[in-house]
Amino acid sequence: MILEETYNTKTTDSAEEVYDTVYEPPCTLLDTPMHYCPGCYHSLVHKLMMEVVDEMQIQEQVVGVAPVGCAVFAYEYMDIDMQEAAHGRACAVATAVKRLMPEKYVFTYQGDGDLAAIGIAETIHAINRGENFLIVFVNNAVYGMTSGQMAPTTLPGMLSTTTPTGRDTSFYGQPIKVAELMAQLPGAYYVTRQAVNSANAVRKTKKALLKAFQYQQENKGTCLVEIVSNCPSNWKMTPVECISFINEQMLPVFPVGDIKVPKL
Amino acid sequence: MSNEIRLMKGNEAMAEAAIRAGCDAYFGYPITPQSEVLEYLAREMPKHGRVVLQAESEVASINMVYGAAGAGFRAMTSSSSPGISLMQEGISYIAGAELPCLIANVNRAGPGLGTIQPGQGDYFQSVKGGGHGDYRLIVLAPSSVQEMADHVFLGFDLADKYRNPVMILSDGAVGQMMEKVEFKPYTNPAVDKSGWATVGKPKDRQRHYITSLHIKPEKMEEHNLHLQEKYRRIAEAEVRFEEIKTADAELLFVAYGLSARICQKAVDLLREAGHKVGLLRPISLFPFPEKRLAQLAGQVKQMLCVELNAGQMVEDVRLAVNGKVPVSFYGRMGGMMPTPESIVAHAETLILTRHDS
Amino acid sequence: MYNNATPGPSPRIRKVKGRVEINIQQCKGCSLCITECKEHALTLSQEINKKGYRYAIAHNELCTGCVNCALVCPDAVISVYRTKVQKTSPASPQNIEQP
Repeated sequence: MILEETYNTKTTDSAEEVYDTVYEPPCTLLDTPMHYCPGCYHSLVHKLMMEVVDEMQIQEQVVGVAPVGCAVFAYEYMDIDMQEAAHGRACAVATAVKRLMPEKYVFTYQGDGDLAAIGIAETIHAINRGENFLIVFVNNAVYGMTSGQMAPTTLPGMLSTTTPTGRDTSFYGQPIKVAELMAQLPGAYYVTRQAVNSANAVRKTKKALLKAFQYQQENKGTCLVEIVSNCPSNWKMTPVECISFINEQMLPVFPVGDIKVPKL
Repeated sequence: MSNEIRLMKGNEAMAEAAIRAGCDAYFGYPITPQSEVLEYLAREMPKHGRVVLQAESEVASINMVYGAAGAGFRAMTSSSSPGISLMQEGISYIAGAELPCLIANVNRAGPGLGTIQPGQGDYFQSVKGGGHGDYRLIVLAPSSVQEMADHVFLGFDLADKYRNPVMILSDGAVGQMMEKVEFKPYTNPAVDKSGWATVGKPKDRQRHYITSLHIKPEKMEEHNLHLQEKYRRIAEAEVRFEEIKTADAELLFVAYGLSARICQKAVDLLREAGHKVGLLRPISLFPFPEKRLAQLAGQVKQMLCVELNAGQMVEDVRLAVNGKVPVSFYGRMGGMMPTPESIVAHAETLILTRHDS
Repeated sequence: MYNNATPGPSPRIRKVKGRVEINIQQCKGCSLCITECKEHALTLSQEINKKGYRYAIAHNELCTGCVNCALVCPDAVISVYRTKVQKTSPASPQNIEQP
């Protein structure tokens, strides 16, 4: 039996009860249903980005750069001006946009294949120049859009369609710790790694994104927020099982926390 | 500014013209024989408050051009053959997203690392599209330092007019030689880009997004048909070429850029020797002057295409002539440049053999 | 089966009454909200929505409006509202709803 109604709420307000709104989805998040797999954290990070844009009221001043990967359709869901970069080139595109419009907020939104494999040169050099934009790096240790190949951040022994017997570190090396790597570049001002696999983690990630945009307004240099994410379809787990996979397998390799915080 | 006359290298004339044409941003990477463009602009652009950046690679450069153009600014890059090869993916994206920009290729001899001497071996790559998918660049071929400057103004205007990437296909010799160049006053047509540029979404309009992605085949084909229609309009309106002594020509030289300069001398020498020869010099390689060539095929006995490659434009000449008259080819490669005398000798044998048969 | 807990027979007395609204046509049944809800106020439906997904159902009589579900919802289909429980008399029956 297929349900027709859209909203379901079990209780009806009795007359004198007045409910105040505690949370509603951000208005800059378009109501186009997102194509992401059920439970994918891409859509969650999209939501957080638009919450930040709403709260800082910068819809008229922000330009986003979308990657090639699962988030290639980010501009279908974010009600802001965006550019679609070629695979790996978001940091180069963002460099130009920011240098030509320094008063605008600019961010790139990239996956691990986009940022840490094909685009690592553009990423390193943009950060090394201290380009004043925010890099939102969603790390789920796999190429999602192309259905499950190994990424630079694939864990040792982790299965993927190109490491069918698990990533052999003697053959493919260790996963790249992007946040730690980029934090060493002087141009990096604020570098943090966060997760979104619990309500508290989501709160922390939101704070980090807000902080990064504030630093950008103060022209401090490049900010990088790495977000440990999931891939239910390619990890072949339910979204709920992904939560513990992240806690038990991902976070030990990609520890959460601020890696480079400006000295106040 | 009244007309200013200066003695400049081709590369520097192109750079100076970029500033005067209102180029907002230049992104480049060092490569002989065109590093002077980046050096000149690195020195001069900041004085005009413009953006100039040496990128980490040509791949980064072209994607920076994409970003700048997508935000509605006049953007330019330049490189030479190997670097232009690295830019092909970015150029295809720019063509697909219909972004106006200017890309200069100071062609050097290849393939591979090749040499730094001049060459024209990038004709196919520039005119037929070196990146993926069906797209065209408007391709202008300067054969003097003056045209290195003029084609920047023309290139930016055409790019904005058609929202299409424009390539200046020069070569190492024209880029490195010094000649007189005259800068005429220029007014930027200031094409309105507010309908699509990504500058931050105000309340009163829909969001803008720059993309070349159309995942549904129906949409992708529709977009391709739109592009092809644009290229047809360009072909109708933007063909440019020069004719020298073609009125009574029986042998017609067809050559562009550096080759055309050498052929001009050959034409004079042959005319002195009593031969009726002329030269058609394509200035726009796309759109190619096929109509005019077809007409001339009705008048001349034969054509001789001279290039610094193994024979590339000659194919387009043959397509235009469609078998009406024989089209021969004479070329040098590896950065070797033919002397006028060698071209004269080759032409004379062609004239004699055609004469007897 | 993710329907990890059916709401308890007698909900504890709440100082704050929350109400969750779920856009069940856009819910993909990922159950992240169900896992996060400490009050077990969310369960997965037996019916399916237009996309063929089972969707989350809110039992608002248990909800305290803590927002955790909305925070972890990947597709932003959850809105949360809250009201103070009127203090007519402490723990008087009428302000405890039966499920």
